[in-house]
Amino acid sequence: MSVLVYTESDQGKFKKAALEAASYGKAVAEAMGTNLVALTFNANDASELGTYGVEKVLNVNTVSVFNAKIYADIIRQASEKEAATVVILSASADSRYIAPLLAVGLKAGYASNVVAAPSSLSPFVVKRTAFTNKAFCNTEISTAVKIIGVSNNSFGLVENMTTTQLEDFSPNLVNSSTKVTSVDKASDKVSIADAEVVVSAGRGLKGPENWGMVEELADVLGAATACSKPVSDLGWRPHSEHVGQTGKPVATNLYIAIGISGAIQHLAGINSSKVKVVINTDPEAPFFKAADYGIVGDAFEVVPQLIEKLKVFKAQN
Amino acid sequence: MKLLVCISHVPDTTSKINFTEGDTKFDTNGVQYVINPNDEFGLTRAMWFKEKQNATVDVISVGGPETEPTLRKALAIGADAAIRVNAEAIDGHTVATYLAAAAKEGTYDLIIAGRESIDYNGGMVPGMLAAMLDANFVTNCISLEIEGTNATAVREIDGGKETVSTVLPLVIGGQKGLVEESDLRIPNMRGIMMARKKPLTVVEPTTETSETHSVSFEKPAPRGAVKLVEADNIDELINLLHNEAKVI
Ligand SMILES: Cc1cc2nc3c(=O)[nH]c(=O)nc-3n(C[C@H](O)[C@H](O)[C@H](O)COP(=O)(O)OP(=O)(O)OC[C@H]3O[C@@H](n4cnc5c(N)ncnc54)[C@H](O)[C@@H]3O)c2cc1C
Ligand SMILES: Nc1ncnc2c1ncn2[C@@H]1O[C@H](COP(=O)(O)O)[C@@H](O)[C@H]1O
Repeated sequence: MSVLVYTESDQGKFKKAALEAASYGKAVAEAMGTNLVALTFNANDASELGTYGVEKVLNVNTVSVFNAKIYADIIRQASEKEAATVVILSASADSRYIAPLLAVGLKAGYASNVVAAPSSLSPFVVKRTAFTNKAFCNTEISTAVKIIGVSNNSFGLVENMTTTQLEDFSPNLVNSSTKVTSVDKASDKVSIADAEVVVSAGRGLKGPENWGMVEELADVLGAATACSKPVSDLGWRPHSEHVGQTGKPVATNLYIAIGISGAIQHLAGINSSKVKVVINTDPEAPFFKAADYGIVGDAFEVVPQLIEKLKVFKAQN
Repeated sequence: MKLLVCISHVPDTTSKINFTEGDTKFDTNGVQYVINPNDEFGLTRAMWFKEKQNATVDVISVGGPETEPTLRKALAIGADAAIRVNAEAIDGHTVATYLAAAAKEGTYDLIIAGRESIDYNGGMVPGMLAAMLDANFVTNCISLEIEGTNATAVREIDGGKETVSTVLPLVIGGQKGLVEESDLRIPNMRGIMMARKKPLTVVEPTTETSETHSVSFEKPAPRGAVKLVEADNIDELINLLHNEAKVI
């Protein structure tokens, strides 16, 4: 018996979401009285995983490009080799792509968007978000092997110093006729999925020419930029920045909303962010009911000041 | 080309979410249902395949008789035929099993589902369906072109996008980008009249295979009132974010 976590890396660096998944895995392994094993691809230094309680790392060196079907089958083989009864993945785009394929391969029940450690092991019950963050659902997984997708920034990073043993793993590779032919990724920008802070702006900014200050604020905070749906529908910003119920979900530590009214569909997608700040000229804007901190004011006056003061603050801290 | 579009019948995005029977059941009282937004993008893309590449388009939903108006709407938008699997959608695995049985029956070249439904947000059904059918699978799909049996799709990844080449049979988890918001179609009178005459077949489910189920629901704890900071007191906001919220 064991708990297996798939720890995703990007250019040799473990994603924060992967370390969070490992932290979660450690909590489950401890509750079950068993070991935590991680599966990695092309990790030459897996010692960082020991910080989060991983006892053993299976490292695959024979695959260099991502393919969901091949990865899912490798995780299946690792799970079977380690007799894993719980398999944990993060909420990254790739992990969410893999998980349902893995679930069929392992004949395992899968719960996605899980936000807390299991409330009970027998029956096995986890809490997940549902109705686009408008509610939580306590879900029982009744299969022998269980798969959990952990939501970003929900469980947090929990250190648990352990010595890690690294082992090469050479799985069989299935065939796939799906091939990535090109990747278009801005390497200098923080993605919404990986960000700890998101700066988001809405129609209150009047036009795309005014986004300079949003980007600058994001820059100062090391944040990703996002926008409301009409802003992407109008073509002011790319679709990849659209957040909300029908866009990307946001689960960051800090979400700053500038000139966004706070419609129910917008809030649904960003609600699981921990701290929300709103800047809006209209004190009646619904966002004020959902936010922790607010400034009633004109973005064109408030945001430049905020940028300047934050620069000073960052220089001092 | 034979296409199947999976339609999840979900509460309208403005719905207030409540529960009944000791927080074990979703309260459908007063809730308006719509085609899952991600499926609406997929359905519209399917209409283009129909118009430009002569595809036939079936739509399918797993659910009780209450889902039929949603299927009729898809017919009114232009789908050729509808299938309703007469069963409760207990979990993603059950739904995928039923859809897989119907898909095998219909030998479809392309199956378009949504990246995720806005009710249970599983993000499970399309991937499970693809695995059960041993079909190729691309999710978070924002562009799709088919030529013969070859497909080119663009998938959103964290921080960017990638182009993927694959072959039919193929299952897609679609989202906005497959078509734009302004491309979405509203059924017109003629469409609605025609939809009445189009076939809506009810099939009984294969064996139920649920692996998970909802035990109970909770609503997020009510939050405290917003702390307002004066627009000329930005230092105070920074102080609160640093010392109180500890997020910067
Ligand atoms: C099916 C469906 C799905 C949807 N999904 C989403 C979704 O996923 N995400 C999403 O965001 N929306 C979604 N919407 C749209 C949503 O209902 C709102 O229309 C949208 O969120 C409003 O965007 P906004 O706040 O940018 O614009 P508006 O509602 O126009 O608000 C602009 C705000 O800016 C303020 N403002 C104006 N000038 C200034 C200034 N100088 N300084 C500061 N503030 C200023 C105004 O007071 C106002 O509150 C969806 C709608 C539907 C029907
Ligand atoms: N009951 C259902 N009937 C038909 N298709 C469904 C059903 N539930 C989910 N789907 C499809 O699967 C997609 C993802 O749903 P989910 O896995 O529930 O997030 C939806 O967008 C639909 O295309």
